[in-house]
Amino acid sequence: MLPAILFLGVFMVYPLFDVLIYSVEENYNFASQVYTGYGLFNYSYVLHDTYFVQALKNTFIIVIITVPLSTGLALLISLGLSSIKKLKSLYQTLYFLPYVTNTLAVGLVFMVLFKKTAYSDGLINLLIKAFGGTGVDFIDGPYWAKIMVMCIYTIWVVIPFKILILTSALASVNQDYYKVARVDGTSSFRIFIKITLPMISSTIFYLIITGFIGAFKAYSDEVALFGTDLNSAGMNTLVGYVYDMLYGNSGGYPSYASAAALILFAIVFTITIINLLISKKAVTQ
Amino acid sequence: MKVVLKDLTKIFPSRDKKDKTEVVAVDNFNIEIPDGKLVGLLGPSGCGKSTALNLICGLEVPTKGKIFFGDEDVTNLPPEERGVGMVFQNYALFPHMTVEKNIMFPLENFKGDKKLTKEEMKAKALEAASLVQIEGLMARKPKEMSGGQQQRVAIARALVKRPKILLLDEPLSNLDARLRLQTREEIRRIQRETGITTIFVTHDQEEAMSISDLIVVMKSGVIHQVGKPQEVYDKPVNLFVAKFLGTPAINVFTGRIKNRRLYIGEADVMDVSDRVTDPSDERDVFVGIRPEGFVLDENGPLECRLDRVEVMGRDISVVSFHDAATEAETVCVRSIISAENQVDTSKETVRFALKPAKVHVFDAVSEEVI
Repeated sequence: MLPAILFLGVFMVYPLFDVLIYSVEENYNFASQVYTGYGLFNYSYVLHDTYFVQALKNTFIIVIITVPLSTGLALLISLGLSSIKKLKSLYQTLYFLPYVTNTLAVGLVFMVLFKKTAYSDGLINLLIKAFGGTGVDFIDGPYWAKIMVMCIYTIWVVIPFKILILTSALASVNQDYYKVARVDGTSSFRIFIKITLPMISSTIFYLIITGFIGAFKAYSDEVALFGTDLNSAGMNTLVGYVYDMLYGNSGGYPSYASAAALILFAIVFTITIINLLISKKAVTQ
Repeated sequence: MKVVLKDLTKIFPSRDKKDKTEVVAVDNFNIEIPDGKLVGLLGPSGCGKSTALNLICGLEVPTKGKIFFGDEDVTNLPPEERGVGMVFQNYALFPHMTVEKNIMFPLENFKGDKKLTKEEMKAKALEAASLVQIEGLMARKPKEMSGGQQQRVAIARALVKRPKILLLDEPLSNLDARLRLQTREEIRRIQRETGITTIFVTHDQEEAMSISDLIVVMKSGVIHQVGKPQEVYDKPVNLFVAKFLGTPAINVFTGRIKNRRLYIGEADVMDVSDRVTDPSDERDVFVGIRPEGFVLDENGPLECRLDRVEVMGRDISVVSFHDAATEAETVCVRSIISAENQVDTSKETVRFALKPAKVHVFDAVSEEVI
């Protein structure tokens, strides 16, 4: 018991507490370690910082778009995977590959696909032009293009894990339920709605909850696509903002970083609680 | 509805890439199941009885042969058009639905003209539920019920569509001993009340014997004997059927027929001129003697080494040994005699006379009855 408490205390409780303290120390100077007093000025500063607002907006867009889309897509692919017989393991491996691939390597691939350089417009732009459209600079171009690439990238990165979990959840549904349904001539759609979905609902909620948390903490994917100066690219996220406040070009402000981190924590906490409340009602097993 | 299986065969292809041998789960079934009867498909596990049930249900497609319900050929019809109700071994009740929703599930699949209103469905569900006496549990979820109650729900769900045929796959195997007795009576009652032709699968001979109008004994995909339970018990056609039916199991000895008399070891135990007509017919045989076929008799022809006597109230079970007994795992002879008899346990041997009707003689090679 004691070692566990010590360990948790040193590495979990104390840092959390410390962040809280940092976030209310006004005009804290990192070098001299002095501050002028306690208050909520850091929060106010962060909330009025345009970079923070941009990061908040980006994060929310990524969360709202990628979590439902990736979960839905993963469910569709898993259903497909569990219904095919030939080459099943090959497809499973293919879909799982992104999971074991390094984020930055994937980022490079996306660069090839989307980035305009002096030598190439990127594969996607070549395709668009081949069909008679006009190319867009996805990496340094308009906001919607960048956010789109960002979302595609995020979905592509998170989907393998979800497929893995969902295929095993689908496989664990007792086949007899489907036999019962077949004896009664139940349509596939009704089987899906009435049997499959309720049977795997707890898994789906698990994926949605962890998906939300993961998407709120997005950062490395953005760096992989748009480089380290996310603020000027307009593609920063909340975690990116915290990082920049600590170590970035505008860095050296642990108080602002702490305040931003706690705001992020509050958001994630609230949304997770809401998710859990919904799942208690909706999950049937 | 009468069910006729004609040359019904189901072959499963081998899953193993190296070993290409196919599995013949059901081999050339030819039976006619009369209308309104309760039929038990009986056999050891892996004998293909569940496959046979799935074929009748329509969940499996036969490799060859035909299935008729009445005069209608249903071989190529999907399950829902055959009008069958099926109860699965583990009941397969939907855990997220209440009892009522579970029972209504088959009705909700009706399309077009057959489509029912919510009230009609509820009424039908209640009707089915009261048939199996669970109308008070409609709002419960399956996990809040006992195994026996779940079984009833499964039967109600199978009956709610008023199927022509009711199929039960090992209906009692998930229940404890007391519930099993109760539930099998219940199945019998429901079947009588509805008059639906019912086929159930079991590996438990007692279960099959106790409630069936007709039993079908099968092994390795082949039907060995079809008949009324008592008939099959009294007149087994081969050694397998004789061994499979009855508890305690039949005692099997190696023996010999000579001069129209039956020998076990050296002992001349009985006259078999009713079964062997040719006096010159001399061959090795297996002799199956039901436990109740022994009579204590000091001058009886069969002498066994007495091991112990188990008193069971109504009757006595005498356990003894005989060198010609073949059941390798036990090698003992178990005979059940009335408790009015006294067995002198101080003696080392016990002698029996045999009741000819309880003695079955099988050819040693073909294992067919003589």
